[in-house]
Amino acid sequence: MPLLRQVPGVGALSRPRLRWADVLIGAGIAVVFYLVVKASLGAAAPINLETAPQSVSTDPANLPYYALRSLLRMFAALAASTVFTFVVSTAAARLPRAEKIILPALDILQSVPILGFLSVTVTGFIAMFPGSTLGLEAASVFAIFTSQAWNMAFSFHSSLVAQASDLDEAARLMRLTKWQRFWKVDVPSGMIPLVWNGMMSFGGGWFFLAASEAISVGNNSYALPGVGAYVAAAVGAGELDHVWWAIATMAVMVLGVNFLFWRPLVAWTERFRQEDTAAADRPRSVVLEVLSHSTIPRGLGRAFAPVGRGLDAAMRPFGVAEHPLFVPAIRRRATDVVLIVLVAAAIAYGAYWAYDFISSNIGLGSFGEAFVLGLVTLLRVAVIIVLATIVWVPVGVWIGMSPKISRLAQPVVQLLASFPANFLFPFAIAFFVATNIPLDVGGILLMALGSQWYILFNVIAGASAIPTDLRQAMESFGLSRWQRWRRLILPAIFPSFVTGGITAAGGAWNASIVAEVVTYNHETITATGLGAYIAQATSSGDMARVLVGVIVMSVFVVGLNRLFWRRLYKIAETRFSL
Amino acid sequence: MSMTATATELITVANVSKSFATDGGEKTVLSDISLTIREGEIVALLGRSGSGKSTLLRCIAGLIGPTAGRVAYRGTRLNGANPGTALVFQSFALLPWFTVLENVELGLEAKGVKPAERRERALRAIDVIGLDGFESAYPKELSGGMRQRVGFARALVVEPDVLLMDEPFSALDVLTSENLRSELVRMWADGSMPTKTALIVTHNIEEAIQLADRVLVLDSNPGRIKAELAVGLPKPRDRRSPEFEALVDEVYGILTGQKAEARRTTGESTTTTAPSGPGLETPLPTASTGAIGGLLELLAAHGGTEGLAEIADELRYEIDDLLPVVDAANLLNLARPQGPDLRITEQGRRYAASDLLRAKEQFATLAVEAAPLVRHIVRALRHSDSGSLRADDVLTELKALYGDEAEQQLDTAIDWGRYGELYEFDSDSDRLLLPTHPDAAAGADHRDAHEG
Repeated sequence: MPLLRQVPGVGALSRPRLRWADVLIGAGIAVVFYLVVKASLGAAAPINLETAPQSVSTDPANLPYYALRSLLRMFAALAASTVFTFVVSTAAARLPRAEKIILPALDILQSVPILGFLSVTVTGFIAMFPGSTLGLEAASVFAIFTSQAWNMAFSFHSSLVAQASDLDEAARLMRLTKWQRFWKVDVPSGMIPLVWNGMMSFGGGWFFLAASEAISVGNNSYALPGVGAYVAAAVGAGELDHVWWAIATMAVMVLGVNFLFWRPLVAWTERFRQEDTAAADRPRSVVLEVLSHSTIPRGLGRAFAPVGRGLDAAMRPFGVAEHPLFVPAIRRRATDVVLIVLVAAAIAYGAYWAYDFISSNIGLGSFGEAFVLGLVTLLRVAVIIVLATIVWVPVGVWIGMSPKISRLAQPVVQLLASFPANFLFPFAIAFFVATNIPLDVGGILLMALGSQWYILFNVIAGASAIPTDLRQAMESFGLSRWQRWRRLILPAIFPSFVTGGITAAGGAWNASIVAEVVTYNHETITATGLGAYIAQATSSGDMARVLVGVIVMSVFVVGLNRLFWRRLYKIAETRFSL
Repeated sequence: MSMTATATELITVANVSKSFATDGGEKTVLSDISLTIREGEIVALLGRSGSGKSTLLRCIAGLIGPTAGRVAYRGTRLNGANPGTALVFQSFALLPWFTVLENVELGLEAKGVKPAERRERALRAIDVIGLDGFESAYPKELSGGMRQRVGFARALVVEPDVLLMDEPFSALDVLTSENLRSELVRMWADGSMPTKTALIVTHNIEEAIQLADRVLVLDSNPGRIKAELAVGLPKPRDRRSPEFEALVDEVYGILTGQKAEARRTTGESTTTTAPSGPGLETPLPTASTGAIGGLLELLAAHGGTEGLAEIADELRYEIDDLLPVVDAANLLNLARPQGPDLRITEQGRRYAASDLLRAKEQFATLAVEAAPLVRHIVRALRHSDSGSLRADDVLTELKALYGDEAEQQLDTAIDWGRYGELYEFDSDSDRLLLPTHPDAAAGADHRDAHEG
C-alpha cells in the first residue's frame, strides 16, 4: 500500500501543462499562417496586363519569396484536386449513369497532353479575373490541377468500388446518412491509396508548376513570381549560376514538403489500413510524433467538434445513403434515353464546332502534317522507353532485391522522380550547344529526364515484392544468374514494369511540348516533332493548330495505350501476377 | 410451436426467387421460398454452400431485392435496407478506423441520437456483451472473439426487432465460438438480450439445433426449403443428450437424402466436337481426389459403416467440407449414405485397399462411368482429330448450365481427370490433352513451373 501512495494520482498526470511539443506546434501554426497570408496577398494583387512583367528578376535574394508563391500554387492545386476527387469519384461510384460518362472522360483527360491546353486556359482565366494576377495564378494552378486530379479521382473511385461489401452492407443497414456514409466509411476506406496517389501526383505537379509560371500566349509573355519563372528567366538570359540557386531551392522545397507534409500524412493514414496485421515496416514520421505529443491537435478537434455536429445535422435532410431495390422499368429507361440524347448532342456539337473551326482556319490537311510529326515524336518516345528499360531495369532490380540498398536509395529516387526535369534542361541544352548536338537527338534526353524515373520506381517496387522464399528456392536449385532472371525476376517484375512504362510514355509525350522547343541564351532552338508543333502554335496564338496538335497527340497516346500497353497489362495480369 | 402462432408476424417472405445474370445465362440461387418470422422466436437457416442461405438473409435484410416474390417487414414491402433489423456479419464488418465505442455508437449516430444518450446506450451494450474495458481499443487490437462481440454490441445497441446473424461464429476457432454461443444462449435465457427475435444462417447443424426454436433446411442448386424442424428441447440444450443427437442425425439424413431432381437443361447445349453426353446437368461435387480416398480409408477402418455426424466430428469438418466428399463417393459408387450413416460399397472397399497405381486405374474407370463431365471430356477428346480440346469451349458449354460455378466444375473435372490419367490440362495453351498427345508430357513440366 505505501508504494501506491508515492505514485502520483491519475489527476496529477493528466493536469494540462505546457509541453515542448505544444510550443513547437504553436510556433509552426503561426509561421504557416503568416506565410500563407503573405503569399496570398501577392497572388491577389491588382495588375495591368499591358505592363505585366514578361519575366521575373533573377536575383537569388528573391528566391525564398518565389518559393513561397510556388508552394501556395502547389497546395491550392492539391486542394482543388482533392475536392474534385471527392465530388467526381463519389458521383461516379454512386450514380451508375454518371459513371458511364465520368470514367471514359477521365480516361481521355489523363491521356491528353495537358501543356497543350495551357494557352486556352490562360486566356480563359485572364478573362475571368480582369485586372488582377488571380487570372494568371488560376491558370497556373489549373495546369498543376490537371496533372493531379485525374489520377487521384481514379484512385478514389477504384477504392470506392472495391470497398468491402460487408462494410457497405453494414453502413446501409445502420442507415447512415449520405454525409455520414461519406466521411465515416467512404473517405477512410479510400484514404491510403488517395494519399499515396496525391503524393505521387504532387511530385509530378512540380514539372507543370515550372512549365506554367512563365508562358507565352499569342505573342504575349507572362511571368508569375515563382521558382519556375525564375528558371525560365535565368535560362533565357543564359545565367547557369542562377539556375543552380533555383535547383537548390527546389530541392529544399521538395524535401521540406516531404518531411513536413507527406511523411506525417502517410504515417497518419496507417490507421485506415484494413488488414488485420500491421505492415512490418510501418511508415514513421518525426513530425507526426511531435504532433501526437502535443495537446493542440486534440484541443482543436474538440473546439471544432460542434461544427462537425452542426454539419452532420444540416446534411440530414439529404437522406439516407441507400438506393431503392426496385425502380419502375419505364422510368429507368426514360432517364437513360434522355441522358444518352443529351450526351450525344453535346459530343456532336463539340465535334462539329472543332471541325468548323479547323477547316475554316487552316484546313483539314493540317491533320496529316501533325500526324507525320507525331510519328517523329513517337520514335523519340520509343527510344526513351527502350533505353530506359535497358538501363533502369537492372538497376531497379539490384536496388529492389537488397533491402539495405533499397532503404538508402528510395528517398534519392523519390527526390529525383519529383524533381521537375525542366530545371535540368539548361545544363543539357548548354551541353548540346557546346557539342553541336542537334535538338532532334538531344530532345530525347530532355524528354527522358522527366519520364524515365517511373520505370525505375516501379521496377524497384516490383523487385522488392518478390517473396523471399521464391528467391531462396531459386538459389537452392542452383540456377545460374541468367536462368534466375529468365525464370523468376523478369516474370515477377513484369506487371510493375508495364505500369511504369505506361506512365513513362505518357510523361514523355507531355514533356515533348517543352523539350522540342527550347530558348537558351536569347536563342530559340527547335526540333522536328509534334511537341514543337504544339509549342509554336501556342506561342503564336494559333488556336486551330493547337487544337489539331492536341487532338493528334491524344489519339497517339490513347491509341498506344489501347493497342500496346493494355495488351501487355492483360498478359501481366493473367500470367505473371504473384 | 403453438405459442408463436398467435405472435406478430415480423418478417414475411412470400414466394421469393432470386437469380443472378451470369456469362452464359442465368443462375437461380433461390427458388420459390416462403417463410414467416414471428415475434419472440429464433429461427435457423441451415444449408450447405450454394444453398443461397446468405442470399436469402440479404433479401430479408433488404440489401438485395428478390427477382420474384416479396419480402415484407411488419406487412410493408421492403424497398431498401430493412429498418427493423440489424446484422451480425461472418467477417465482423467493423470499421477499423474507429474504436470499439465509436463502432457501437455509429448506428445510434445514424439515427440522430444525441451525443450524451448515445454514449450511455453504447456503454450499456458494451457492458452487456462483456466488452468492458475495451471501449477505446481499435478492432485490429482485438481477438476474433472480441471483435465479434463488438459486432453483436453494434447490432444490439439499436434494439432491432429482429437480429440477423450470418454465420456469426464460423470465422472463430472452436473454443471461442463455443464460448460466445453459450453466452448468447444464456443472455436469451436470462432476459438480458434486448432483442427476442432472431434469424441465424449457419452451416453448422449442432449450432442450429442448439440455438433455434425452428430449423429450416435449405436444399442446394437452387436453394429451396427442403424441410422444417421444430426443436422442442428445453434450453439450455445438452448436446450429448440422445434427443439432441437424434435431431442432428435427422438433419444429416435430410441433407444427404434423396437428391433434388437433376437440373433442367436451359437451352440446347451443343458442341461441335462430340454429342453432349447424357447427364451433364448433374454437377460434379467439388471434392478433391485425396479427400475421397481419405474418406474411404476412414470408412474401411471403421468396419465399413459410420455415422456422418461422427465422421464430421472426427475430421473436424463442417458440413460444407464433408458433404461434397460424401456426394462424390456416392456418385462414384464408392459409398452410399443410409439415413444418418455412410456405408462403404464393394467397389469402395477395393479402392481403399489397393495401391496407388491400381487405385488410379479404378478411379479412372469409375469416373468415366459415373461422372458425366469427365465422361463428356474424354469422349470429346477421343472424337477430336488432334486429341486436344480448348478448355474455353468446355467452359462456355458449362456456363449455360452452371453460371458462376462453371469454372469450379471444370477445375474438379480437371483434377479428377489428371488423377485418373485420363487427360491432361495445359494451362499455357488452355487445352485439355489426351495423355498420348505429343504436347502432353512437355506441357506437364511447363505447367508446374508456372503455377503458384
